[in-house]
Amino acid sequence: MTLLGQFALWAGFILGLWSAGLAFLTRWQERPDVALTIRRGSYAVLVAMLVAAAALWKGIFSHDFNIEYVASYTSRNLPEYYLISAFWAGQKGSLLFWAVVLAIFGALAQWLTPPRFRDLLPYVAGITNLVAAFFISVMLFGEGGNPFERLAFTPPDGRGLNPQLQNPGMIAHPPMLYLGYISLTIPFAFAIAALLARKLDAGWIIAMRKWAIVSWIFLSVGITIGMWWAYLELGWGGVWAWDPVENASFHPWLTLTAFLHSVMIQEKRGMLKRWNMSLIIGTFLLSIFGTFITRSGVIASVHSFTQSSVGYFFLAFLLVTAILSFTLLYTRWESLTPDATLEAVASREAAFLFNNLALVGIAFSVLWGTLFPIISEAVRGVKLTVGPPFFERVNIPLGLFLLFLTGVGPLIAWRKASARNLQRQFIVPGATFALTLMAAAAFGLRGYTLMTIALAGFVLATIAQEFGRGIRARMSMHGENAVLALGRLMARNRRRYGGYIVHVGVVCYFVAAVGQGFKIKESHEMVPGESVTLASPFGHEVTFTFLGVSQYAQLNRQVSAATLEVSRGGTPLGTTVSEKRQHVDSFGQRTFEPSTEVGLISNLQEDLYVVYAGTPDGTERSRFEISIIPLVNWFWIGGVILLAGGLLAMWPGGPQIRTKRAVLDDAQAGYGVPLTGAEVGA
Amino acid sequence: MIDRRRFLALGAVALVPAVLRAQDEAPAVPVAPDADPLRDPFTVGRVRDSLTAMDSDAVIIALERRLRCTCGCTLDIYTCRTTDFTCTFSPALHKEIVALYTAGQTPEQIIATFVAREGESILMAPPAEGFNLTGYLLPGLLMAAGLLGLIAWIMRRKAPGAVPTPAATGPTATRPDEDQLAELRRALDEVDA
Repeated sequence: MTLLGQFALWAGFILGLWSAGLAFLTRWQERPDVALTIRRGSYAVLVAMLVAAAALWKGIFSHDFNIEYVASYTSRNLPEYYLISAFWAGQKGSLLFWAVVLAIFGALAQWLTPPRFRDLLPYVAGITNLVAAFFISVMLFGEGGNPFERLAFTPPDGRGLNPQLQNPGMIAHPPMLYLGYISLTIPFAFAIAALLARKLDAGWIIAMRKWAIVSWIFLSVGITIGMWWAYLELGWGGVWAWDPVENASFHPWLTLTAFLHSVMIQEKRGMLKRWNMSLIIGTFLLSIFGTFITRSGVIASVHSFTQSSVGYFFLAFLLVTAILSFTLLYTRWESLTPDATLEAVASREAAFLFNNLALVGIAFSVLWGTLFPIISEAVRGVKLTVGPPFFERVNIPLGLFLLFLTGVGPLIAWRKASARNLQRQFIVPGATFALTLMAAAAFGLRGYTLMTIALAGFVLATIAQEFGRGIRARMSMHGENAVLALGRLMARNRRRYGGYIVHVGVVCYFVAAVGQGFKIKESHEMVPGESVTLASPFGHEVTFTFLGVSQYAQLNRQVSAATLEVSRGGTPLGTTVSEKRQHVDSFGQRTFEPSTEVGLISNLQEDLYVVYAGTPDGTERSRFEISIIPLVNWFWIGGVILLAGGLLAMWPGGPQIRTKRAVLDDAQAGYGVPLTGAEVGA
Repeated sequence: MIDRRRFLALGAVALVPAVLRAQDEAPAVPVAPDADPLRDPFTVGRVRDSLTAMDSDAVIIALERRLRCTCGCTLDIYTCRTTDFTCTFSPALHKEIVALYTAGQTPEQIIATFVAREGESILMAPPAEGFNLTGYLLPGLLMAAGLLGLIAWIMRRKAPGAVPTPAATGPTATRPDEDQLAELRRALDEVDA
């Protein structure tokens, strides 16, 4: 199988280069058969990558421990569902996973893109295949990159999967993030194809718009599942540690979010063409930068793969792609002149620009913080640690500015808003802001937390106002009831109302982040039957009674499970179990350090979070780290809302209706039609 | 007569299962009898010292949150010692901090002691002074400059010879006339159909 896999890698590499060579070096515009051949190159690369993936999976599922990768990341007693995730658990497998998914996306882009964009598709195939060939080359030529590398001997069992990766979240989190990163190649490919073909009208945007939303959804879901995993698996009760690798996933999310906003201005007004091109190129480069950070070991991170020469491949690829892309953009600069100009600071276009500024500013800020240790060492020769205190200090004000703009954007009319328009639009959200501010202050909130809650109220009020006006407009025009009007309103303006739903999700994240600031954590030792009581930030008391420790063997591990009974103000909430796990191989030998599983009782208000720390030697006492963490569930609820909004925005059907009917388009844009203006329902 | 493409396709289809079968299954390994692992103290993690009052002291915790654990985990000492129970560095650092504190050193003196020994990288965030100020201030300054620059850019672009656009002032400006509304209704009806 390794031979077959190796052969498939070489086939994919050669086919990718061949397809890219044809796309960039021939005059395929005059040869439809060559253009078709280039496009078919995507399918050929896909077949090669699927064969390579099948070969690795065969090795994993047949426990072929002569394959170094299989021996390093699996064992005979590893549960089968984790054999699936072992595919991307290590550097080599994840490189193959990347190439496979890219080949799938590249083929889908060829298959799903409407024929009217056929002038772009050979270039798109060339770019995606070139990127795929690069990833395959890393496997073939990079040190420690080849997943089919064999050992000189065959160990009787493998090392197994890191216990922290033996979590359902880790089955979904890495592939979701990878899907997000990888799918960014498609919008990038369309952008470069448009530049190469000099087809710089809105066509390339229409062709890639859904891909951009798909990437954004995958990145959002991947990041949120990663937060969930970190919260449940690492036992620290936090969701985001500002680790360089975490930050690396945040950069492209921020710039892609900026793009999804600013691209609307290009569609509606023909403006920001150069900016949008720069954003999509920059977003792709940031996705490669994230890969470089993860795989180079250039910055210390708990998430990094083993340091190897693979990082240099990515650095070279990053630099070459950046130079070529921006040079190409520069040569097309004059063809990207805007069709209109910004007319007023008080306009939705300007609000979107400020929103872009905030998003890109935060992306820069996070990037700056991530790289600051390197910069400091280069400038001063002093090594630094840039941890959460730094990022929170720098980014919280910027995040609040962004939250403020999230509320302001939908309230301002396109082109130019008058004072009267602003007054009408802001009166309800403004009042909500003031009321929320006073209520939160009365509850004792101060500073950033107070401002976050008040702005959350402001943003929710703007969204409610937008929905309310749209519904009332439909009810008055069509005599629909409120539910039908809401359904049709969203169905006909999917991107707009999907976007508003996403904003609700974002508000949930901010509110949940406020809760993190009120976390209570205490260390306690108890003997069975003993209780401790913690005061919740919400004012009530929670009592934890230690019932005892039980020990048993389960799957591929030996477990010590501590059970606690939990009650709130005397009312039982149930029991929770926190485990210490010692993973073993099929010979009963310990494979990794012991790991911890959190015990959790969760509701919308707070999480009761118990970590069994261990038992001091020679005693019956057990030690626990017990936390009460407010509002954590709102992260996950926000994630689901974000996903729902994203899916609504990208659901097929909407854009076609809008392009056919200019009136509807205007309605969505807010031009003189009272579906969006201040006067709806007035 | 079979053509070349069909021949190659059939050959590939026939080859894949043959190659899969050729893969030697790894020999089954007998599982060793379990030598009562459940009484192994390692099954409950590394043995620990009992808690002391200083483990939960607010001053100590605040201090430890400012200092990085040197095990390579990138966490602060407090988070590491209360999260990663396999780490041997953070408990040792904690004991050192407690010893210095009980010996009478102030938190700032303890921080200075660690910085002198480990360098600035022991701090979870660089001190906001000197070159480090660029780290703290540059993003905010750039964003403020960008905001002002954008506003100035928009104002400048609309100033010379700008054709005034009717502002969205209210019902008279934004409310569509009957023809537009009729067109909108027609379009919506078409969509419904």
